[in-house]
Amino acid sequence: MTEFEAVIGLEVHAELLTESKLFCESAAHFGGSPNTHVGPVSLGLPGTLPVLNQRVIEMGIKAGLATHCQIPRITKFDRKHYFYPDLPKGYQITQFDQPIAEKGWIDIETAGKAKRIQLTRIHIEEDAGKLVHAGADRMAGSVYSLIDFNRAGVPLLEIVSEPDLRSSQEAKAYLEELRSILMAIGVCDGKMQEGSLRCDANVSVRPLGREVLGTRVELKNINSFKFLQKAIDYEIQRQITAVECGEPLVQETRLWDEQKNRTISMRSKEEAHDYRYFPDPDLVDIEVDPSWVQSLEESLPELPAARRLRYVESLGLNAADAGVLVAEPAAMALFEATLEQYDNPREICKWLIGDISAYLNDKHVELAQTQLTPHKLAEMLTLLEKGTISGKIAKTLIGPLLESDQTAQALIAASGMTQISDSSALEGIIGEVLNQNPTQVQQFLEGKEKVMGFLLGQVMKATQGRADPAQTNQLMRTLLEAKKNS
Amino acid sequence: MFYTPASTWSQMLKMGEIQPSDIIHIYQKRSEVVEKQIKGFLNYFETPVRLNSGQSDFQDIPIVFKDNICLAGYPTTCGSRILAEFVPPYQATVSQKVLNAGLPILGKANMDEFAMGSSNENSAFHPSLNPWDLERVPGGSSGGSAALVAAGSTPWALGSDTGGSIRQPAAFCGVVGMKPTYGRVSRFGLVAYASSLDQIGPLTLTVRDNAQLLNVIAGHDSADSTSLKLPAEDFGRDLGKDIRGLKIGVPREMLAEGVDPEVRTAIEKALGVFESQGAIIAETSLPRLKYALAAYYLIATSEASSNLARFDGVRYGHRSARASNLVEMYTQSRSEGFGDEVKRRIMLGTYSLSSGYYDAYYKKAQQVRTLLIQDFQAQFETFDFLISPTSPITAFRLGEKQQDPLSMYLTDILTVPVNLVGIPALSLPCGFDSQNLPIGLQIMAKPLAEAAIYQLAQAYESATDWHMRHPEL
Repeated sequence: MTEFEAVIGLEVHAELLTESKLFCESAAHFGGSPNTHVGPVSLGLPGTLPVLNQRVIEMGIKAGLATHCQIPRITKFDRKHYFYPDLPKGYQITQFDQPIAEKGWIDIETAGKAKRIQLTRIHIEEDAGKLVHAGADRMAGSVYSLIDFNRAGVPLLEIVSEPDLRSSQEAKAYLEELRSILMAIGVCDGKMQEGSLRCDANVSVRPLGREVLGTRVELKNINSFKFLQKAIDYEIQRQITAVECGEPLVQETRLWDEQKNRTISMRSKEEAHDYRYFPDPDLVDIEVDPSWVQSLEESLPELPAARRLRYVESLGLNAADAGVLVAEPAAMALFEATLEQYDNPREICKWLIGDISAYLNDKHVELAQTQLTPHKLAEMLTLLEKGTISGKIAKTLIGPLLESDQTAQALIAASGMTQISDSSALEGIIGEVLNQNPTQVQQFLEGKEKVMGFLLGQVMKATQGRADPAQTNQLMRTLLEAKKNS
Repeated sequence: MFYTPASTWSQMLKMGEIQPSDIIHIYQKRSEVVEKQIKGFLNYFETPVRLNSGQSDFQDIPIVFKDNICLAGYPTTCGSRILAEFVPPYQATVSQKVLNAGLPILGKANMDEFAMGSSNENSAFHPSLNPWDLERVPGGSSGGSAALVAAGSTPWALGSDTGGSIRQPAAFCGVVGMKPTYGRVSRFGLVAYASSLDQIGPLTLTVRDNAQLLNVIAGHDSADSTSLKLPAEDFGRDLGKDIRGLKIGVPREMLAEGVDPEVRTAIEKALGVFESQGAIIAETSLPRLKYALAAYYLIATSEASSNLARFDGVRYGHRSARASNLVEMYTQSRSEGFGDEVKRRIMLGTYSLSSGYYDAYYKKAQQVRTLLIQDFQAQFETFDFLISPTSPITAFRLGEKQQDPLSMYLTDILTVPVNLVGIPALSLPCGFDSQNLPIGLQIMAKPLAEAAIYQLAQAYESATDWHMRHPEL
């Protein structure tokens, strides 16, 4: 049987974190009632003109530098024409032949194997509006369609990779790394569900070892890492099956249907547009000052790859944990800040990617929406280290710490959850437990040592888990041994 | 009284010789009499639109706008059915400047649809007529503006010029029209025809008025990326200065075949007037000028096909009632909304931008444009000015060229190079032909040399009386 190889390239659209839109002063924030973040320019009213938001150029250059791209001296904007109701001007302002950045790369790792993925280019463009169809999922069959132009004109970076990816795992690793980089340099919030990071995948298959590329299919509508993998895997299998059965593949655009777990055909190449690109005469060429590029390069924050290395080599985290932490900028920021107040990186990391992350996933909230602060986390970890609370109690504190503005100290005081480690107090409680359970004590004295577990459990029950486990264990053994000897 | 230049009105107001309301009244009365003949307005405001807090030397002196300049709250039709109902919710920068200067706006003037045309016959509503001969066109596309100034319905007006749309109607109607340097006047709020060529400019009775109105509308605007960042200047600062020693070049290609003999004679006489005032006249040559018209019609239509894509019936403008799906909504709204000439230019432009044709048409035209810019630059190293007729012919009869678009395009041959090169140029009355139709003289100069153009133009104006002649209406 022929073995097949998949050839995959990604086109990633990242919404930029600017206050205003690419070419006007309307707000660029996500959400808002329909058509409230609009103005004459973003609605494409006759006579209006675009004025470039300079912040976007800066962000584009930063993204280029962070992905090892070349930054050309001159960049410009072009018009790409097509008719669709969510496109106010009948053309999109984008960059055709002189993008902001080109020829870069990103290193990824899958199953412990490193690989360099080449970037073709990064260009800036404006987003379109959003259609809502009444009575159907698509315009076809709907009673009417409404347009929300809030998103129209929001600045995007389109980041195009070379077809260097060979599996859905590599595609996912690439997208994760790219997302981490964009978030680390503060140009994109990386929220795939809200559409601020979107991904199209070009997928083809060919017999292993062959140079010539197979027929390419563009996958759209992928809004999570999970769907990216599923869609690519589905598509690879579909294409291999078609080739094996001798069915012709057509160059087309296919949508990922998350309900049916399959890709469906959207349009074929015969319907492809002639976009009639030409330089936008309303805008002027932009000269990029190399000294500005240099100062931007010097001010770039630590990038994910370097940070992971530092976490492993200087802070002693294991590579997997470092990877998880660095992929989540909010957790990473909390980690760094907590580290200034509590000097045990592994312990902070363990809690962040363990119990805290589990809690967030469970409640479907984000770290930023919780009340957790570096100070509160450091304080809890200090109490744990000093033995004031047990690990078990610490776990029960995560919820309250994230939900309320109370510190660990205050929560413990209010509920009396401090650990009992005073030996006279513990001796009293243990003595009482032994008196109340003569049968089990007798069994112990007869050599059935396992019963001590039950007795320890009774102490924990009596103290609501506050008894210091190690100390209780030791004291009980002393008391029982004394009974044996008497 | 209605042929009083704005600068004179300004003096009279200052001296208390007339009241602001009297001036408005004079023009309202005039329009009552002549508008039926001229049909210059698309929208005549019974109560002029003004900003009461507006102030300047020219406050209370009324004005007319071409109907492709957005005036917030009032219809801006561009002479097109597709925008017949469109009311802009925002102010063009030029409108704001005029309102701030305290000028009352009498109305919006007729134009060829989307400024595409040389006769005003492409207005979707009605053609305007030439005050000198009501069977003839006033020129275009700012024909309404030029006709209204020539008819005494307004002391001055604003037009826009993409390939001659201010200068050619100024020549046909015997008034003064200026196409400023590209980037002098903000395009924000001017409904685009061809973005890299469009420029708003004044149409006036005198050269001085023209400089003054340019003072009101010019200046850097951060809302227009192609607007030039320059300090404010007084464009009338050199009026009255001696023109002795100034060098005028006359490109022989601009007086060659196709130029009406009567027009040529008028230009030659005008050159004599400059010479008698001490200017130095010499013949020169622009051999590549013959490519200008083709380059212009490729670039202008390419940009137009793109600029007019937004008129899709979705958000504003005409939407066909007969469409039953999206594609029909687009095709029928646009088929019903646009006139023939606009459709012709959209098709031409769409074709020249198409993949496979881009290099041969749009790109080649841009290369020609670069060469023309170099050619003109070289001329302005020798000459302070270039002079030519504004139009090879005088006003033609209504319908005369309507069936032959190419012959209509050819009348733009002397004006389009100026837009391609981006330089300022002014059309000035310089005589009449045997049918008593005005002839226009075009003065071109290097970028930003508007003040010098006004200086030269006024030297001629002060030595002649063409600007004192007015049509019998």
